[in-house]
Amino acid sequence: MKQIFSPAANTKIRLILWGAVFSVIALGTFGYWLARSNYITRVGIPAEQPVPFSHKHHVEGLGMDCRFCHTSVEKSSFAGIPSTATCMKCHNVIWKESPALEPVRESWRTGKPLNWQRVHDLPDHVYFNHSIHIAKGVSCTECHGQVNEMPLMYKKNTLHMEWCLQCHRHPETRLSPKEEAVNPHWEKPDNIKEMQKDLMTKYNVRTVQNCSACHR
Amino acid sequence: MNFDWVRKKLADKTGKNLWRSMEEIAETPEFMSYLKEEFPNGSAQTASPEARRDFLKLMGASLLLAAMPGCTQPKEKIVPYVKMPEEIVPGKPLFYATGMPFNRHVTGLLAESHMGRPTKLDGNPGHTDSLGATSLFHQAAILGLYDPDRSKVVLKSGQSSSLSAFLSVIEKKLAEWDANGGEGLRILTGTVTSPTFGDQMKQVLTRFPKAKWHRYDAIHIDEARRAQKAALGEFADSVYDFKKADVVFSLGSNFLINLPGSLRYAREFTSRRQAHKDKNMNRLYAVEAEPTLTGAAADHLLRAKVSKMIAVTESLAQRVGVNNVQPTSSVKLSKDEQHWLDIAAKDLRNAQGKSLVLAGEQLPARIQALVFAINEQLGNTGKTVSWIEPTEQDPVLHGVSLAELTADIRDKKVSDLFILGINPAYAAPGDLNFSDLLASVPFSVHHGLYNDETAAVCQWHIPATHFLEHFSDGRASDGTVTMIQPLINPLYDGVSEHELVSALLGKPGRSSEKIVRGYWKDKLGLDFDGAWRKALHDGLITGSAFTAKSFTVKTVWESGELNQSFTESEWEMTLRPDESVWDGQFANNGWLQELPKPLTKLTWDNAAHISPESAQKLEVQNGDMIEINNGLKKIEVPVWIIPGQTSGNISLALGYGRTLGGQIAKGLGFNAFTIQSAALHLWVPKISVRKTGATAKLASTQLHQNMEGRHQIRSASLDTFKKQPDFAHHLEHALPPASFYGAHKGSDDYAWGMAINLSSCIGCNACVVACNSENNIPIVGKDEVLNGREMHWVRIDHYYEGDIDTAESHQQPVMCMHCENAPCEPVCPVGATTHSDEGLNEMTYNRCIGTRYCANNCPYKVRRFNFLAYTDRDKHSEALKLMHNPDVTVRNRGIMEKCTFCVQRINQARITAKKEDRLIRDGEIKTACQTACPTTAIAFGNLKDKNSEVSKWKAQPLNYGLLNELNTQPRLTYLAKVKNPNPSLASEAAHDAHPAKHH
Repeated sequence: MKQIFSPAANTKIRLILWGAVFSVIALGTFGYWLARSNYITRVGIPAEQPVPFSHKHHVEGLGMDCRFCHTSVEKSSFAGIPSTATCMKCHNVIWKESPALEPVRESWRTGKPLNWQRVHDLPDHVYFNHSIHIAKGVSCTECHGQVNEMPLMYKKNTLHMEWCLQCHRHPETRLSPKEEAVNPHWEKPDNIKEMQKDLMTKYNVRTVQNCSACHR
Repeated sequence: MNFDWVRKKLADKTGKNLWRSMEEIAETPEFMSYLKEEFPNGSAQTASPEARRDFLKLMGASLLLAAMPGCTQPKEKIVPYVKMPEEIVPGKPLFYATGMPFNRHVTGLLAESHMGRPTKLDGNPGHTDSLGATSLFHQAAILGLYDPDRSKVVLKSGQSSSLSAFLSVIEKKLAEWDANGGEGLRILTGTVTSPTFGDQMKQVLTRFPKAKWHRYDAIHIDEARRAQKAALGEFADSVYDFKKADVVFSLGSNFLINLPGSLRYAREFTSRRQAHKDKNMNRLYAVEAEPTLTGAAADHLLRAKVSKMIAVTESLAQRVGVNNVQPTSSVKLSKDEQHWLDIAAKDLRNAQGKSLVLAGEQLPARIQALVFAINEQLGNTGKTVSWIEPTEQDPVLHGVSLAELTADIRDKKVSDLFILGINPAYAAPGDLNFSDLLASVPFSVHHGLYNDETAAVCQWHIPATHFLEHFSDGRASDGTVTMIQPLINPLYDGVSEHELVSALLGKPGRSSEKIVRGYWKDKLGLDFDGAWRKALHDGLITGSAFTAKSFTVKTVWESGELNQSFTESEWEMTLRPDESVWDGQFANNGWLQELPKPLTKLTWDNAAHISPESAQKLEVQNGDMIEINNGLKKIEVPVWIIPGQTSGNISLALGYGRTLGGQIAKGLGFNAFTIQSAALHLWVPKISVRKTGATAKLASTQLHQNMEGRHQIRSASLDTFKKQPDFAHHLEHALPPASFYGAHKGSDDYAWGMAINLSSCIGCNACVVACNSENNIPIVGKDEVLNGREMHWVRIDHYYEGDIDTAESHQQPVMCMHCENAPCEPVCPVGATTHSDEGLNEMTYNRCIGTRYCANNCPYKVRRFNFLAYTDRDKHSEALKLMHNPDVTVRNRGIMEKCTFCVQRINQARITAKKEDRLIRDGEIKTACQTACPTTAIAFGNLKDKNSEVSKWKAQPLNYGLLNELNTQPRLTYLAKVKNPNPSLASEAAHDAHPAKHH
């Protein structure tokens, strides 16, 4: 009778089994890596916007305060995106012919709002509140990076839950004095660790880790 | 079901006799299935082969979809303002005062607006008819605004047309009417309390002297008006003061629910029923033909058909000393009833000037007139009841007014008919055949929110604006002028009734703001702009309430002017506005349709309520169809057996059996208007009834989420409470030993807790709808309710006490208890339900994979599962998206959900407090149910603060937890109910004198 299995059968089967195990691990690793890759998270990749607005120019060059445009950052969950009127306050005087600004002028003429691409987009089941973070001395740059150095806006951090939790577990590592929270130029002093420890007690900062703090 | 067996079983029970349904006592298979499983039909849905294939397809698709979000996040836009309105802070709601015209009055409301979208309506605390509370109708009105079925375009003979086309027709008509003085011009509206509209109508009638203004409100008060005219000489409204009333006697009046001003009355009435604060409790005697929530709150209840109620009133009048009352009724009262009345009358006489007698406004005029005299005799007039000028503009008898119009249409005297805001083709009494006649009017216009039965018969249909879309005004039950201001521009091409009537005055296109402002222009003093702004800000004109008037009550009962001869018949029938859809105007409101009605827990339907004794006589069970014949017309309706219903009286709710008016409205229930007569309104004195043999499927939630008789309701009489203040704990099992692991370590600052006062709760359902609105809770439809899948986070459990013929009712709102040892938490395999350090049992939707273990392990059965994607995403319901509360996640299918103690409000308050570097103050957080509650039966707050309201409640001996013996340590507890029965009516008071130990 002929042999059913060839001499190589064992090897093949082993290869297939190990291959299966390996590919599951590889797939998992790949998935894990992909979900955190910049391609997916868009970290560091500027979004396409109707107007190539430069934070660098406005903040670094002209010295504007974050709150000039993001008016509700201290009051509300939403920091606020400036209305066309805010842009036009200056741009009906300067750069009023610039082709790059045509969408702004068009919005002003027609009354149709500008459609900006959202850069920092949390999932809809996450409720983030800007005002409380600013009030406790978590500065803009802590999450958004050095926006004053970004010609075009991009995400500095993944905004993944694991990233949020780093700070929610150890808020003492991210604090700055309240009055510096909206100052992108503030430089951490050498004694920052002690300072942050003091701020923890001074601002009565808690480690909020309940699910319902953000999910409801 | 064998009623006699149920009776016997109940009689054999020892101790407190509490039960939820007769099915429970009879242990029917249906009941047992609900007892054993939370969703008894849970898996039945995928049984058929098609469903299985769909399931596989969906599985494939959802696997794919599940993988998708892992790849890239969908791109989202930010759309800023072009010019930002000054007062808006993006992300923060604004609140505006407005008002809702409903049930012959306007209730002041506060509307929450998120960036221009109104999302929630609550009561205006400064308004006399609200005091910060709302009814279920006010809560549900926001869904009415965004209802995708609202009519959107002007229709001419059913074809879409335009407003300008309509206005040009009116322009031609104007010339005609100017020439003939408005001959044949008729305007038909509901009850109008708006001074502006009243003034506009005056102008119309001055300009066209031959025109006529007819009024018909399906729930009118003609009988009361007739009595006022006869006994007082003119129409007048009554205003009650329950704070001062020690003894209240209600003759068929559902004053806790149905009167204009009921929100205030309910608050005042229950404020006198807090035995733990004030031993001087009030006492309520009620006589009723059909069970109502007022009857359920009564200390003593007498069941009487309407024909007998006349005899009861006459007898009561004699007993309190009204002179020359000759009985006209041939109905004889039994010895027990005589005794009952003797005791009640004695109680009333002892409370001279501090008692109050009310008659249901639907009852025959003779009863009303006698009640005027009784109050006069008892010295109550001017104290607990006072007269004011009618809040209705130019009041008329509605039934008469509609009958006149009908006669004139028949005589071809009506050439142009405008019907504003009402739906008489559906809601007119059946004997008028109004719908058929309406079709014969040469030029007819319907103005309303829906393309309904009347719109279908009229030539023109003009879409109306919702009250949140226009300016208007109106009067509260005490006459206070209430301002109605828009929260949003009209969503569709509608006009308000002010604008429409303005067109009839030759001024089309005048905005509702201009019209209302114009009316008040010279009436608010020198600084008009300031006064107008203040009125809009406050939602009312301060000091505009009517002052009390005094009358001498004429002895009309002697002259026989109001005598109607009624004899008792075997079967009588009472009609009533439905507890959820009223006269049908809310029939397309899914929140209200799905709301389990008080007492029956029926959803999506109406049914003829009959007593167990009547059911035995007719040999029917729940859902069996009967034919009701009033001699002229007949209808077929299913029966629903209610323990405690008056035998021989069948009661049926109006508002169902709609044939048009929206996807939800049509085809539900049975139209009771068919057998209504214009003359007798809400009472049919003689009907014949027979069983047809057919059956209907009715969706009641009474059996759902049963906790299997473990003394959930604890109540006692005032006397018992005085002797044993801790009676509520006599029923308790011994608590299990304390936990091995010690108490949870929680936050030092906050421990959230709630308490519900059962002495205050009247079971009105406002909290349930408020919760729907605040928490984006979907509706599931009748079929899904039959599967036991309703989504309400709050349910109001209803218990009966006593035997099935004279059962008392108890109401108990039940929601998530936020147990400190929550049984749901350890069984979740993915940690989707967790405990916060402040004691909240949290539900993280995005983690939930839908195993439903938690619901299985919840002894309170308060968790709800999204079996299907109940929140519509089709194009048709696009408008509903605007309504969602942006602070609460909209849940997907396959997700478990439940009460969160309004965690979004807690978080909001916490952030505010943290920013101000302080702790959250007591009363700063109010849950949605608490805000809506008319009787302030709910307290919520911080248990760590011993001075908080909720801590004080929980320190009462009345405080008890549900299923305490399971050591779940619920954070929601109840204050046991204390009633105040008259010790002289011993038989009724005896049964709770000695609460039995648990057996």
